[in-house]
Amino acid sequence: MREYSDKKNRQAKAYYSDRFYLSPQVPKEKVDTDNIFLKDIKSLESLFVIKEAYIQKGQLVVYISAKDNLKVMKFLKNKLKYNFLSDISAVDWLAKSGEFEIFYQMLSTSKRKRMRVKFFIKEKEEIKSVTSIYKSADWAEREMYDMFGVRITGHHFMKRILMPDDWHDHPLRKTYPLIGDEEAQWYEIDKIFGREYRDVIGPEERDCAKIVEKDTHRFARIKHEVPFGTKYSSEETQTEYQEEGGIPIVRKLKKSDVKILKERP
Amino acid sequence: MQKVNRLQPFFENLVFEREDNHMIVNFGPQHPSSHGQLRLILELDGELVTKAVPDIGYLHRGMEKMAENMIYNEFLPTTDRMDYIAPTSNNYGFSLAVEKLIGLDVPRRAKVIRMMLLELSRITSHLFWIATHALDVGAMTVFLYAFREREYAMDLFEDYCGARLTHSAIRIGGVPLDLPKDWINSLIKFINKMPAALATYEGLLDQNRIWKMRLENVGVISPEMAQSWGCSGPMLRGSGIAWDIRKEEPYELYDEVEFDVPVTNRCDCYGRYKIYMQEMRESLKILKQLIPMHKETTPEIMADAPKYISAPKEQIMTQNYSLMQHFVLITQGMRPPVGEVYVVTESPKGELGFYINSQGDPYPYRLKVRTPSFWHTSIFQDLLPGQYLADVVTIIGNANIVFGEIDR
Repeated sequence: MREYSDKKNRQAKAYYSDRFYLSPQVPKEKVDTDNIFLKDIKSLESLFVIKEAYIQKGQLVVYISAKDNLKVMKFLKNKLKYNFLSDISAVDWLAKSGEFEIFYQMLSTSKRKRMRVKFFIKEKEEIKSVTSIYKSADWAEREMYDMFGVRITGHHFMKRILMPDDWHDHPLRKTYPLIGDEEAQWYEIDKIFGREYRDVIGPEERDCAKIVEKDTHRFARIKHEVPFGTKYSSEETQTEYQEEGGIPIVRKLKKSDVKILKERP
Repeated sequence: MQKVNRLQPFFENLVFEREDNHMIVNFGPQHPSSHGQLRLILELDGELVTKAVPDIGYLHRGMEKMAENMIYNEFLPTTDRMDYIAPTSNNYGFSLAVEKLIGLDVPRRAKVIRMMLLELSRITSHLFWIATHALDVGAMTVFLYAFREREYAMDLFEDYCGARLTHSAIRIGGVPLDLPKDWINSLIKFINKMPAALATYEGLLDQNRIWKMRLENVGVISPEMAQSWGCSGPMLRGSGIAWDIRKEEPYELYDEVEFDVPVTNRCDCYGRYKIYMQEMRESLKILKQLIPMHKETTPEIMADAPKYISAPKEQIMTQNYSLMQHFVLITQGMRPPVGEVYVVTESPKGELGFYINSQGDPYPYRLKVRTPSFWHTSIFQDLLPGQYLADVVTIIGNANIVFGEIDR
């Protein structure tokens, strides 16, 4: 019988976990502990729906609704002087709630503050691209689509960025198996030779330490060394290390000819 | 069937709509000056670039996925393979992110050693940059000289951690070793040697007619453009925005040492070249100040947090409880608190950020690396149109991109 594996989460799991262990939390502070953030959040609250806001490790975290993302970013750039969009990415919560958590990591050089704008979207929900406001969102959004399959509208060149264009599935989802899915395992063979050659070529050897003793093209044999491409025999092969007419191999090193440095130059 | 005058890269589904005699050139992925596996699809009008599409992903190893399936300490050596020109800064960025997540306080000696290693790796990275960039532009001599000095810096790394390229010389919670005997002396030797070497490079390049012709007014990034595309590090400071994370959001002991942040308003490749040269001098200045600081510290080099960090070897070998904890930490890994953190450091190339989302498991739930080169490569599609084909090489070289950290 095949071993059971959780299809919704193909990630490695801790082999031991204490059911009575309560992990501590990274402390969340209230926004009113920081004046600049307080001002920012007040002006944001007057215009948009703010679901939650707190300060964690000196950075403001704001949860907005997914529909507002473009407007909020425009406001952040033009009014609140967050002039850099440092990063965009997603967190996969599909197994838990069927949602992605998207975050925009912002930096304001004039205020010397960093904040994180976050929101949740359903798996197939579309979000608007923010490339019209921050150009740096261009590749970040493409990467997010490539890795998670988050759908983005209004991007001028929405295409996979790291994986090949015809790749199947999105690798950073928790459902994606660690050794790749079936398409991934046969990707090159399907592409170069065609599907029918899967049987001819066979599955990929994944044991990186595998040694085939009879293959003298790729292995020099462990018990005794043999020249490249000789026929396999169980008996020991006599090898002449000095080829005729070849470059002479230094067998004995004359210490007197060698210059040894006392210390590094 | 292909139409006359309608050349198209046949394996790519890019559409270049044109009716004229424009040519499409595939620059890379195997090209000596593409600095790794960069494939640039250029549309040329004569020698003028009219459209550029950078294509990446040839070195993608899925490091973020790997991180989600490894304990925190296991992932640390993997970070070496991101920016392999300055691996220590990656190790440090990751360690700092985990330390922030846990809320660890690192002993002062470890901080001093870390800063020494960070500044040394900044110098090696910049030396590598000047060497390869000059080689791309056509000045072979600088390459030979700069690699000689880089070798001395790598010797220092080798003496400290045994490795030359993939150091893993920084651990979560501190550093693995104190400085070896005589290391400080070799460092002083190195520091004394460097100014003359830097003067040599500048003597070869500063007033060099070819160098100036190929770098001046090439690759002009306006401040607005740099902000919008998320540039950082020398790419940002070359556009007149004085933003150095070491100065603005100081980590370790950067607020205790004195150094300047070189900025220029030139916005072109030559200005950035001057910044790189000046930054090496500032790094030397920091290194000089760190030497007396090392002597004043007490010998602890790892943070004291038995829940997360193994006790010193001596204690493990003599005390039962430390041994038990060490065993648990090695086999199961530490379990940081639930929460998320985004920590930035100034790597030689710019803002290196680690976003970690921890759910209290020994594996991070999500780890996102914000690598500066990724953002500096995306600017090419905006920067290259309007430049000449020969300048493309200069601009790529000048951006200081490393593919290990672009594709991750």
